[in-house]
Amino acid sequence: MSRTVPLAVLASRVRASEKHILEALGRRRIAHQHVDSRRWWHELGDLGPRPTVLNREIGLARATYAAHALESAGATVVNSARATELCGDKWRTSAALAGAGLPTPRTALALTPEAALTALETLGYPAVVKPLQGSWGRLVAALPDRRTAETVLEYVAALPSPQARIVYLQEWIAKPGRDIRVVVVGGEAVAATYRRSEDWRTNVARGAVSELCALTPDIAKLAVSAAQAVEAEIAGVDLIEDGTGATLVLEVNHGVEFSGLQQALGDTVSVADRIVDHLLTKEHPCSA
Amino acid sequence: MVTCPECESAVVPAATPVIGEIVECGECASELEILTLDPVRAALAPEIEEDWGE
Repeated sequence: MSRTVPLAVLASRVRASEKHILEALGRRRIAHQHVDSRRWWHELGDLGPRPTVLNREIGLARATYAAHALESAGATVVNSARATELCGDKWRTSAALAGAGLPTPRTALALTPEAALTALETLGYPAVVKPLQGSWGRLVAALPDRRTAETVLEYVAALPSPQARIVYLQEWIAKPGRDIRVVVVGGEAVAATYRRSEDWRTNVARGAVSELCALTPDIAKLAVSAAQAVEAEIAGVDLIEDGTGATLVLEVNHGVEFSGLQQALGDTVSVADRIVDHLLTKEHPCSA
Repeated sequence: MVTCPECESAVVPAATPVIGEIVECGECASELEILTLDPVRAALAPEIEEDWGE
């Protein structure tokens, strides 16, 4: 990272969202540097001019360590290392949401697959098992009954990583074939979409379709509170509606992808520009 | 225009490509990563890793 550039975008994989942000910076003639995190390294010490770094690294381990290293050198990192850690771990997210008094599904953590089976007797069936880390609905499995749970947990027990054998369980929420994704930037809800799918996993990466959702005051307030609970300045908050009409916070994403949302929004709001606006509230960014 | 290393089809990047940008081959759906801009060169993008996500 150059010692003279005060604003940097850290990203290895330039997805549509990163490109929207880089284009917004370029269009607005804001001096910045795109840093490929695969080539970045840092020797302990001061970075010189305190840069503001938008952390868009797609890999959680790289994003977390980069944020810690940059913060230790005096940079302002968005999202912060703490927010990245909280959002990057489903249990820590759930604990932060519950700690903030926000509605979230009943959740249990079991330190072994055997303990998970016991926990499920209390949590009840159907339930859902999720990896602590990961995104896009990968390796999330429905557990309709004990027999399925025994089978899935046998596979979990065989996973090589000790962390992968820590089991995160959640009650099954009978959502109405959709969830709600809200993008929050700088403490303000920018926009929301429904993500509809035939599959019970309503991730866009799994084929869900985004369509605009009215950003009601209740949805906006819940999403902003969820982002604050995990200290995320820029966040994609996932909400689900249960059968009783209540809305629950499912998770918060620190590296929100918003190209589908932007498509649904059209020209009404530019999420990338809202992110850039937020970065400009930090110190240093200047015109090229 | 770049050639897909997987199926050798022609892939047209965006009008203003960015280094690191991911483009999809319309023929075989392989993901390509833009490596250089002048000339525009691309290679197969890295495989998705376990901790990748939002």
